[in-house]
Amino acid sequence: MYKNAIYTILENRPLTDQVWRMVLEGDTQWITRPGQFVNIALEGKYLRRPISVSDYDERTLTIIYKVVGEGTRQMSKMQVGEELDLLTGLGNGFDTSKAAPKNLLVGGGVGVPPLYNLAKKLLAEGREVSVVLGFNTAAEVFYAEEFAALGCRVVVTTVDGSQGVKGFVTTALAEGDLAFDYFFSCGPLPMLKALYDATECSGQLSFEERMGCGFGACMGCSCKTKYGNKRICKEGPVLLKEEVIW
Amino acid sequence: MVDTSVVLSGWQLDNPVIPASGTFGFGNEFKDFYDINILGTFSFKGTTKEPRFGNPTPRIAECTAGMINAVGLQNPGIDEVIAKELPRMKEYFHKPVIANISGFSLEEYAYCCERIDKEEQVGIIEVNVSCPNVRHGGMSFGTSPEAAAEVTRAVKAVTTKPVYIKLSPNVTDIVSIAKACEVAGADGLCLINTLLGMRIDTMRRKPVIANTMGGFSGAAIFPLAVRMVYQVAKACSIPVIGCGGVETASDVIEMMMAGATAVEVGAANLRDPYASKKIVEGLPVEMERLGIERLQDIIGIVK
Repeated sequence: MYKNAIYTILENRPLTDQVWRMVLEGDTQWITRPGQFVNIALEGKYLRRPISVSDYDERTLTIIYKVVGEGTRQMSKMQVGEELDLLTGLGNGFDTSKAAPKNLLVGGGVGVPPLYNLAKKLLAEGREVSVVLGFNTAAEVFYAEEFAALGCRVVVTTVDGSQGVKGFVTTALAEGDLAFDYFFSCGPLPMLKALYDATECSGQLSFEERMGCGFGACMGCSCKTKYGNKRICKEGPVLLKEEVIW
Repeated sequence: MVDTSVVLSGWQLDNPVIPASGTFGFGNEFKDFYDINILGTFSFKGTTKEPRFGNPTPRIAECTAGMINAVGLQNPGIDEVIAKELPRMKEYFHKPVIANISGFSLEEYAYCCERIDKEEQVGIIEVNVSCPNVRHGGMSFGTSPEAAAEVTRAVKAVTTKPVYIKLSPNVTDIVSIAKACEVAGADGLCLINTLLGMRIDTMRRKPVIANTMGGFSGAAIFPLAVRMVYQVAKACSIPVIGCGGVETASDVIEMMMAGATAVEVGAANLRDPYASKKIVEGLPVEMERLGIERLQDIIGIVK
């Protein structure tokens, strides 16, 4: 179930040159799983901006967003105390009931944020969590310490080798000392595909797509799966590895 | 107490507010936001004979005061609409609905309309000859008076319910097409569908939409829609459902003054799921402000 409500900005600050963290206060009862998203209305913009929820509690939710265009630039200029109109509780989110005792979380760039609350949930359920966070370069890295502080084993990869393992997230997997029986992932399409091919175990992948409404009405973000057509905003954004068609 | 009711081909609607096809699915997603029985009715997702996945993604591009879509008539097909969607809709929507039908041949239009004509939940059949997002069908039937008339005749021959033809604005003279439909027996018209548009991602040097072009809709097209509704309503004597860029109760009244008997709300539903609800609730307030007692009295009042 989803809901439309007004939220107040409690914090809005940069984590890197391009990535910002915003904490919003308001009704979070409609967010029921990690990996769900909110759809944000912005002044002067016709469509809302879908952004994944990085973390939430009873009265706040945290989003981490990359400034990629005018809309997100507008968001980055917003001040504490300003209000935003959100649709919340959108999408299916990650299903932790399918997790194994040892889990691997793989995030690429702004695919990292939704894994944070997921890691919290999995750890609270008594499962082991290793995290691989992939970025282009050291200056883009964020949240490595936050994951470590939760008690996860954290491996950072950078394409240029300026921090952690040089290469892609799959390079870290190929090095072989990460033991896991199930994976959860969110990131750019090529990363998800590479991970799909590199893993033998089952897992869940969170996809991105341009959306119209974000709540299943416009059919703008449809994809084909082995179990029929699905809407990334409604039956997704998380798909099971078994159902993905590339 | 103002009177918001309107009459489309003998069917009295509580108000003229009708979410447009393709922006409201089968009502299912919106019933979780509000009781959709407050609407005049709604026009369900464009349905074809066979199930369709539609176009590749990205299908959506944002514009100033609007959006482009190239969904490409994704729908479960007429069999599933009749077997599953309509029975399910009955549980949450208790008024007759407008059935939006699309096709790729005269036979397909006739087949689907004949099937949907038998469904008691359907009040009006809206024949879409104006979808800009599919090849060899849709809009190609709506861009010449002859082809539009042919579809109208083929559908009228096999149906008993009122048939409204949904027209494309991507033509040189919409009035000639509207008149051809009227002469061919159409009971009403709905206009306008989306305008063919395009956006380019200047960083990637490629179209934003995978299908290159798509249908432009939203607040930006409202003046165009008002103009076309005005021209068509003046030239024809059958009812016109006005559609295009409607976002507020004030827009509804403006569209009706131009000649619309009822009004469809499209893209606004996607940004604000409560858009149609707000319009329904805002209508009596706006009517009182403008000194309108009966909404029907203002239809085509502008000379």
